[in-house]
Amino acid sequence: MIAVEARLAIDDLFADYGAHLDADRLEDWLELFAEDCVYQIVPRENVELGLPVTLILCENKDMLRDRIVSLRQANEYSIHTDKHLISNVRIKGKAGDGYAVEANYVMYQANNEGNGSLFSFGTYVDEVVFADDGPKFRTKTVIVDNWSIPHMLSTPI
Amino acid sequence: MSINVEWQRSDYSRIPYWLYHDPDVYAREQDLIFRGPTWSYLCLEAEMPEPGDFRTTWVGDTPVLVSRDRDGSVHAVVNRCAHRGAAVCRHTHGNTKVHTCIYHRWSYDLTGKLIGIPFQRGIRGEGGMDEDFDKSEHGLQCLRVACYKGIVFGSFSQTTEPIEDYLGPMMCGHISRLMCKPLRVLGYQRQRIHGNWKLYLENLRDTYHASLLHEFLVTFGLDRATQKGGVEMDARHRHNLTYAHAGSDSDADAKEAYGDQQLNSDKLTLLDPRLLEFRQEYDDDRNLAISTMFPNAAFQQLNNSLATRQIQPKGIDAFDLIWTYFGYADDDQDMTDHRLRQLNLFGPGGLVSMEDAEAIEIAHKASRNEPPDATTVVEVGGKGEISDRAYRVNDVPIRGFWSYYAELMDIEPEGAVR
Repeated sequence: MIAVEARLAIDDLFADYGAHLDADRLEDWLELFAEDCVYQIVPRENVELGLPVTLILCENKDMLRDRIVSLRQANEYSIHTDKHLISNVRIKGKAGDGYAVEANYVMYQANNEGNGSLFSFGTYVDEVVFADDGPKFRTKTVIVDNWSIPHMLSTPI
Repeated sequence: MSINVEWQRSDYSRIPYWLYHDPDVYAREQDLIFRGPTWSYLCLEAEMPEPGDFRTTWVGDTPVLVSRDRDGSVHAVVNRCAHRGAAVCRHTHGNTKVHTCIYHRWSYDLTGKLIGIPFQRGIRGEGGMDEDFDKSEHGLQCLRVACYKGIVFGSFSQTTEPIEDYLGPMMCGHISRLMCKPLRVLGYQRQRIHGNWKLYLENLRDTYHASLLHEFLVTFGLDRATQKGGVEMDARHRHNLTYAHAGSDSDADAKEAYGDQQLNSDKLTLLDPRLLEFRQEYDDDRNLAISTMFPNAAFQQLNNSLATRQIQPKGIDAFDLIWTYFGYADDDQDMTDHRLRQLNLFGPGGLVSMEDAEAIEIAHKASRNEPPDATTVVEVGGKGEISDRAYRVNDVPIRGFWSYYAELMDIEPEGAVR
């Protein structure tokens, strides 16, 4: 039995996750991760083949920070707005000192002329831990079902 | 169908925009380039090591099925049933003894020979096919196959030159360096870019853009135009190699050269610099060597990130780009982890490569329906002769691409530079 408080806090964590990304608050989004976090985006194709190649692999929070600095200062990418819909949150149980959590996501993307399309959909496979200031993602694996990425992959999913 | 191109220059320093947007040009490319006297990249042998292993791919718009037969030989056939034209194999990869079309269950052996037709003689003497139907005349269309250094190439031409001659010493040298040991395939990245496929082939031949578009390279000193490097081409200038040497310039050199481009290198450093660590693996100290093979592939080393890239045109307005990453079979776990970490540099979300898709899409979008005399300008590194450059600020291999393209498409200008 998962405590109601923990369940609600995890729901809030996912809501903040989508809201920060959609508002381009990458620096706030970063703070939803534990210091010893692992964040990766993986094509489902490789998951099914048992192959380790990712689209993005941040093995610690510094690598996430580096990616955000690079996006802000050293990359050029499509001008776009994202909208994440995160649902079917499943708290699968205790994992170590945290919880194993899965959720589905759909992410639409609109360009700066107002034309939009379905950009990505898939599953988050995560481990959530509770720190003094609330729940954090210790691991977040984004498994992309439409793994042929349309256009390019710049801001996180 | 013929195409009339009013070239403004015989050295391909002006390319009309309409060539990227014309359906007749695209149809002719299928006939004269992808099904013409070229060799195309199909896959790696390491992806299909066992008898019965197969993979499906595309050469231009043509679906291709590559299989390893029981005797170990590799065969490539058009993945289209001889009966009603359906794709025989619907999977991207797998292992089988026989390829069977689901539509009417016609079956083919691993070389593409037609071996089974259900109810060929009908049922109880009724139905089926006439007696004169000869199965041996209805196999899958075969491509010529060449396996060179672990790479599988295919050609629709029975008469084109052998693969080593097609690649030439420059490409053979680069491929031999990259494919120096047995491989271990690490996985795939795919992306669909909404632009004409030729824009990507040009992008791969344009050293000029690298350190300007890809600010990450310059900002973190991974690759700068001030480094020792350049471009090499084969004798026909259809393939090219871009190379650079790590640590061959100083931050001061770069700062002076990039002066007004606002180089960030003195204020930005990575918190986790392992991303940029270069472990020398070959006899030379090149940390960047990317070769591009006409018409559909590139072979990449940047630091310790190794990959092939395959280009699959999907009509005038799009192409798929497939990145196949690999290491060597004798890599230890630490080296594998290092390569996987450096994957962050490449692919659809690569810190170095993500901009290419955007550059291609904005170039494609802004050049539609232009009059015949509207052109690009390709003369960085000089006009006229097409030849190697031992410096980085050039896009000469783009003109090499077009010179061979024009020859195959039978649209060369008078006095064409080759």
